[in-house]
Amino acid sequence: MNWTQALFWFFFLITIGSAICVVTVRNLVHAAFWLMITLFCVAALYVFLKADFLAATQVVVYVGGILVLVLFGVMMTSGKLDMNLKMERGQLVLGGIVSAGIFAILLLVVNQTEWKISQTPFDSGEGTTRLIGEAIMGDFLLPFEAASIILLIALIGAVLITRKEIKE
Amino acid sequence: MQLQHYLYISIVLFSLGVFAVLTRRNAISILMGVELILNSCNLNFVAFSHFITTDITGHMVALFGIVLAAAEAAVFLSIILSIYYEFQSINPSDTDTLKG
Repeated sequence: MNWTQALFWFFFLITIGSAICVVTVRNLVHAAFWLMITLFCVAALYVFLKADFLAATQVVVYVGGILVLVLFGVMMTSGKLDMNLKMERGQLVLGGIVSAGIFAILLLVVNQTEWKISQTPFDSGEGTTRLIGEAIMGDFLLPFEAASIILLIALIGAVLITRKEIKE
Repeated sequence: MQLQHYLYISIVLFSLGVFAVLTRRNAISILMGVELILNSCNLNFVAFSHFITTDITGHMVALFGIVLAAAEAAVFLSIILSIYYEFQSINPSDTDTLKG
């Protein structure tokens, strides 16, 4: 086993372990920090898949943006509440059964499908940034513009929803 | 480091996300579960792009997925904040005005 494989299994185990901590830990802030570790490890897996631009985007947008938003949400809503997350036993059992069922079905599908794996895995050699830029300005121009409009709508909508009503 | 290994990680992330959405009693924890689900989908797209189609398409889909996840998180948190102003709670079971 060489170093690359050892690192891959390291990130494999950390991803799964930290994701389990995200959904089981009792403290909301601890859950947010476990989520940060999970997102970092997914970015590391992107590097193993030769997706360097996507790995950088994952770190910048998820860890730098979404996680900070989540922590702001925790701070602004936990004034009177304690941060302990109570879970009811009946829901725990039912949710466990449903997610274990989904897990089993998906595992069966992955193991039984004959994947048409290419002989030469994707490797752009010089990095994917140039290819992604050309794709955005070429084949993916319409989705790119649609994404920019969606971001604008989300921005205005988020401001409008949280704004307190102005009494006349 | 075959395709299946990445799919295994993605399956685990997906079922843990579904578990969080179903069992957590706090809207922010539910948001974390949704983020886990979105991450598992993106990982799938990139793995398929690397091993099967061997081009950039899966990367583009994952990139737009990240953009939509950012927009979704912003709107989700603003809805949580206005629910908190209205009900002083972010437990989804407490928002039962329409329950009759």
